[in-house]
Amino acid sequence: MGKSKKAGQLRGLSERTSDIILVVICLIIVFLVAYPLYYVLIASVSDPYDVYAGKTFLLPSQFTLDGYKAVFADKSIITGFLNSIKYTVVGTIFSVVMIYLSAYPLSVKNLPGRKFLSIFFIITMYFGGGLMPTYLVVRDTGLIDTIWAMFIPGGVGVSNMIIVRNFFEHSVPKEMIEAAEIDGASHWTTFIKIIVPLSRSIMAVMVVFSMVAYWNDWFTALIYLPGTEHAPLPLVLRNILIKSSASASQAGMISGGYAELSKLTEMIKFSSVIVAALPMLIIYPFVQKYFEKGMMAGAVKG
Amino acid sequence: MDNLKNSPPAVAVKEKSVWQRMASYWQLYLMLLIPVALTIIYKYIPMYGIQIAFRDFKSLRGMWGSEWAGLKWFQRFFSSPNCVRMIKNTVLLSFYSLLWSFPIPIILSLALNQLRFNKFKRTVQTILYAPHFISIMVVCGMLRIFLSPSGGLINLIAGTGIDFLSEAAAFRTIYIASGIWQDAGWGIIVYMASLANIDTAHYEAAKIDGASMFQRIRYIDLPELVPQIVLMLIMSAGNLMNVGFEKVFLLQTDLNKATSDVIAVYVYQQGIEHAKYSYSTAVGLFNTVVNVILLIMVNKITSKISEDVSFV
Repeated sequence: MGKSKKAGQLRGLSERTSDIILVVICLIIVFLVAYPLYYVLIASVSDPYDVYAGKTFLLPSQFTLDGYKAVFADKSIITGFLNSIKYTVVGTIFSVVMIYLSAYPLSVKNLPGRKFLSIFFIITMYFGGGLMPTYLVVRDTGLIDTIWAMFIPGGVGVSNMIIVRNFFEHSVPKEMIEAAEIDGASHWTTFIKIIVPLSRSIMAVMVVFSMVAYWNDWFTALIYLPGTEHAPLPLVLRNILIKSSASASQAGMISGGYAELSKLTEMIKFSSVIVAALPMLIIYPFVQKYFEKGMMAGAVKG
Repeated sequence: MDNLKNSPPAVAVKEKSVWQRMASYWQLYLMLLIPVALTIIYKYIPMYGIQIAFRDFKSLRGMWGSEWAGLKWFQRFFSSPNCVRMIKNTVLLSFYSLLWSFPIPIILSLALNQLRFNKFKRTVQTILYAPHFISIMVVCGMLRIFLSPSGGLINLIAGTGIDFLSEAAAFRTIYIASGIWQDAGWGIIVYMASLANIDTAHYEAAKIDGASMFQRIRYIDLPELVPQIVLMLIMSAGNLMNVGFEKVFLLQTDLNKATSDVIAVYVYQQGIEHAKYSYSTAVGLFNTVVNVILLIMVNKITSKISEDVSFV
């Protein structure tokens, strides 16, 4: 009842007033989304005791970069960071190549067996072998504890492939493909000379989606890479953020006993959140307009 | 399926057999070779390997050589003390999550669409997308920081000292609220794209007729979104048994298990941690079967609408 009353009041309001109300609502929502991140950022450059005493709601207190120094002095974090970069670079290249190699043939209308092949891939979006059978196949193919386990088993991203296939079908001008065929270009030549250059926007989206997925992935490593030397950054952070345990190298950095160590552990929590989240937060705004279009192309035909 | 119906007869030259036609596309098949091979090895062979749910898996004898065990593992699961609790927690967590998270992107996109200041609108959208790009591990780490009983943000604001992650009653709220924080902004993309299709002439006409903002949303925007809303609802309903495993796994504590004990985490613990391969597979299969039944039911109910969907 409250709602209809409110709507009745607003009906009488002018355009300007409803603009102001909208902007205020949007600002509140932006605050709710951004403040948790801002708070961790502030906390990461403050004294942890001040953070826990509630002195850092808006501005840092006793500005310090010790948390970041500790993060970059911690061997396990550095190893994790480098591992994550490695998995992200190799995995992204691998995934995008796989997506392109499968999306293009499936976008060619007259390809015999096209429908069968599409269904062949799409079924895997809805049904799977589940955790253990997949684990056993990965084990039997010798991928356990090798970096290949990070991308080969999940290498063909079907939902992304469909987005790209739809893009090829609807957004690459048909006349250009037909012209190439008339000139006697093979399918491969058409793919390399026309499809790839004309689909840079969707490729940018796929690169970003893959990068984000690999950078943030930890579960694959948890199952398939039991050796700690392979652990990606998020998995290293699990010990710090979730289990709240100080690593051996952290303990070695401290001379001042338990209190100093626990203070450092808290600082590392805040700064490692920022270190892990920042790279992707910097990248995604650059391709925002592309993925907004790309997501749509994959969902519903216009 | 209806391959024959759709194949264009005009293109097919009479003399060419199917094999000759396929041969002319050899490069495309070659391109598909690796993706198809990987899909067979890592998707289809595991599907075939589900049979270990009905076998007594022994590492030495492998997936195909272990002895048959009938429904032993399913019986064990259904007679385990926490079986009902896990099924209930899985269903309720997904259902409440859908109930709360589903409408928010719709409301957000309707509101954002009314904003007339384009630059402001773009900035708001960019900020709303941000949490989607953060690892669940990091989100759970932030949650632990905010929910800490000693000096966590929530306790500082409320002036209390509650250990939220030890409270079974708080678990669902934490799970759902953080899910909304992370993905509601991302969810607006599809709706914003539909709204962008609306002809601005409709708004002009509505303004001349003296329609308020709410009337414009109600009579112009909302009808435009209905197909998309139904589609998203189908897709979410078909995923009802797939709770976000990662987050539950990372936020589960011994004390909140009354509400956080879900099938997916159990499958992981039994399989990877305790190496009970067959048992874990059986429990996972039960979860999948329930999900597939839901998916088929939802699809049947809405088969008319799904004609617009271009998955195949």
